[in-house]
Amino acid sequence: MTGTDEQLLGEIAETLGGVLERPVEITPDTNIVSDLGLDSIAVMNFSLAIEDRYDISIPLDQMADVATVSDLMTMIQTLRKAN
Amino acid sequence: MSILDKFTPLRAQYAAIRKAGDPFAVSFDDILSSTEGVVNGRRTILLGTNNYLGLTFDEASIEKSVEAVRRHGTGTTGSRIANGSYDGHRRLERELAKFYGQKHCMVFTTGYQANLGMLSTLVGKDDHLIIDSDSHASIYDGSRLGHAPVVRFRHNNPDDLAKRLRRLENEPGSKLIVVEGIYSMLGDTAPLREIVEIKKEYGAYLMVDEAHSMGVLGERGRGLAEAAGVEEDVDFIVGTFSKSLSSVGGFCVSNMEGFDILRVACRPYMFTASLPPAVIASTLQALETLQAEPVRRVKLAANARRLYNGLLDLGFEVGPECNPIVSVMVPDPGVATAFWRALLDSGVYMNLALPPATPNSCAFLRSSVSAVHTNKQIDYVLETMGRLGVQFGVLPSEAEVALSAEHPAATGAKESILTPELDGAAAMV
Repeated sequence: MTGTDEQLLGEIAETLGGVLERPVEITPDTNIVSDLGLDSIAVMNFSLAIEDRYDISIPLDQMADVATVSDLMTMIQTLRKAN
Repeated sequence: MSILDKFTPLRAQYAAIRKAGDPFAVSFDDILSSTEGVVNGRRTILLGTNNYLGLTFDEASIEKSVEAVRRHGTGTTGSRIANGSYDGHRRLERELAKFYGQKHCMVFTTGYQANLGMLSTLVGKDDHLIIDSDSHASIYDGSRLGHAPVVRFRHNNPDDLAKRLRRLENEPGSKLIVVEGIYSMLGDTAPLREIVEIKKEYGAYLMVDEAHSMGVLGERGRGLAEAAGVEEDVDFIVGTFSKSLSSVGGFCVSNMEGFDILRVACRPYMFTASLPPAVIASTLQALETLQAEPVRRVKLAANARRLYNGLLDLGFEVGPECNPIVSVMVPDPGVATAFWRALLDSGVYMNLALPPATPNSCAFLRSSVSAVHTNKQIDYVLETMGRLGVQFGVLPSEAEVALSAEHPAATGAKESILTPELDGAAAMV
């Protein structure tokens, strides 16, 4: 993992912790829904928080393709580049 | 290995809910009137059926329906593009357009299909759909059926909407914002004036779903856009016949030039059977009654106030605005389910709303008031709610109330599950 990736991972963990109101430990392989026990509302609040943090909009269909933290990192990087 | 294996987690969740009585399988032995049915042999007040104007048993609607079924038969046996339109379909579209003061109207077979059809057709793959995060399932499903990227904004938050439109500013394509007049779970209204300002600033289109606000809000009962005085700036209004108009079906009205092309582009309009003559006839009559008897709206608002304020006085935490949808928060889903069941056993039918279908991941008891509920019925509901509220620990008992009056700190303030600004609004009512 590069330094940028590590920073991104830390930021995602922080955002997730804020939404779930508990500390969260994640790796790029963590499955966001099954490993962390997020229901659909928590997923929605999490994606809204990520959108705000990076000033991006994640279209719903793209969010559906995200399973792991690594998928999310790739998507954030792609959307930020597009901006 | 079965094709149904993927539902194992859902099956487990559902089994847990059913232990206290299945809220999704209530069976009425009979329906007696717009406000009364029979459940398990017991006369039961219907307080969760969205029958806002109480027209399901309206004599004039029934007569028109009977006449239509005798004259034109039981069904159309197909879609309008294949089997043709009946005079009633066209007439209902003309009358709805006239009612809303709009040029065009398309009638759909259900309200769900109206959203499915309009959202999947109006925006294409190069456009953008921006929806409120608390949107009804039909709006979400319509979004998925189409090809436009879908972005959500925080519920009823104009600043959040603006932020999302700003991010799309340099993207080509049309942008369509979708909001609801009255949100079906908590009964709150969209901040439509602010949303209209943002829509104009960013050159977007605006659709308002008036499913729960038609016949309820506005001087003429057109809904929130009328009440907020912004009808000129709403590009599309969708709605349903299955609430205030007491039948089934949906519609979209618009002043947009060239609107009629949608009749040959909108698949949920084109490829489903059209509404049968009896439904069209009662809907036309109900639309006439809605306009001819504004007193129903006045009584509806009075009934809503009686229930909403009565529940507040009892100490329940209710939704942020007083509208005919009145929801009582019961944070624990298990308690909410048992409460709901006990209400039904006491002769009161409400809806049970459980997470994740609810805002803020909170369970609640949802009721919808009708113009034809009597004061006696509403008072019986309040009395029953008060008794069961104490029984289930949602309300403090008399002893606890007395104790807290003597020692305010003894029982502690109940932590609110509403967001601060919503809570503040509730306190102001």
